[in-house]
Amino acid sequence: MSPFQYILGIVAALLTFGIVIEMLRRRRLRERHAGWWIIAGLLAIIVSVFPNTLEWAASTLGFEVPVNLVFFVSLFILFLVALQHSSELTKLEAHNRAIVERLVILELKVQQQENAQIIVNSKSKK
Amino acid sequence: MSSVSASTLIVMPALNEEAAISAVISEVFRSLPDCTCLVVDDGSHDNTSAVARKAGAIVATLPYNLGVGGAMRVGFNYALANGFDNVVQVDADGQHDPAAIKDLLRELSTADLVLGARFAGQGEYEARGPRKWAMIVLAKLLSRSAGTQLTDTTSGFRASGPRAVQLFAEYYPAEYLGDTVESLVIASRAGCIIRQVPVSMRPRAGGTPSHKPIKAAVFLLRVGVAMLFAFLRPPVVTKLEQDQK
Repeated sequence: MSPFQYILGIVAALLTFGIVIEMLRRRRLRERHAGWWIIAGLLAIIVSVFPNTLEWAASTLGFEVPVNLVFFVSLFILFLVALQHSSELTKLEAHNRAIVERLVILELKVQQQENAQIIVNSKSKK
Repeated sequence: MSSVSASTLIVMPALNEEAAISAVISEVFRSLPDCTCLVVDDGSHDNTSAVARKAGAIVATLPYNLGVGGAMRVGFNYALANGFDNVVQVDADGQHDPAAIKDLLRELSTADLVLGARFAGQGEYEARGPRKWAMIVLAKLLSRSAGTQLTDTTSGFRASGPRAVQLFAEYYPAEYLGDTVESLVIASRAGCIIRQVPVSMRPRAGGTPSHKPIKAAVFLLRVGVAMLFAFLRPPVVTKLEQDQK
């Protein structure tokens, strides 16, 4: 591995991690959604700074080509993030439905009161 | 005192508290007869709303669970919209003694935010193990930030004055732990004066605080992360103070 590649790996990993932290800092990302990205960023930093850790982990787990471990872990994390998003989406849909239900019932209530008021007013005029 | 309590809104976030809440509301009115009590029903599945309304409180029923932070945001915004000067947060489970609200309000005359603290000499509440250590470290850090000695920073028993109400209506964190820990950081960095008053806590009417090691470790981690980002984030100013500049 050339020094350029080594540096490139570290810069990319640090950048990823930095973006996650900055988004959290500016409240563009909530803590509960950031967990997997922080784990992925930390792993990327460790592996890019100490490439030996990847080779050691790959051989310990029986991967013949170390990069396959990278693909495996990346896919796994992406899968978990996607799953979390689906679950959050389901929850948000339920919340949205609850709000709409509440809204239309309130709207009906207001309408009924307005109608009752009109009837009272027209009677008092006569 | 009467004018203070008349302009005070008691906010009670409540989740499935139909058993305890009626007694707590009566105690609040016994302690401060002319205050207004707003119960924020945080998506309960029982009759919390109906029971609270019957006990004489104004009840805001949320369509789904927002957490204590989200419920308190409703309280602060209601206070702002209806001209209340002070907001006092009281737990609906009876853990906080409504008789102590007066002590908090008295201290509020010279401060913006007053915490009812459990470890400050009164009462028999005691946390153990990692949770206790986390609370001690947390208290040290927040005491430095607030410039005053705080011993019980996760206390939900607190009174906010006009300045803190203005600030919290806009910036109160809705996340878990944000409502207790981060809100203190936000207040102290916005220049609010924070004090604490010793109060005795009563055992909860229902449920027990957990002391399981894994839960304690997760709690520790989340407190750490919450604190870290609370300090990393840019300090906030209220709209009112922005206009004055």
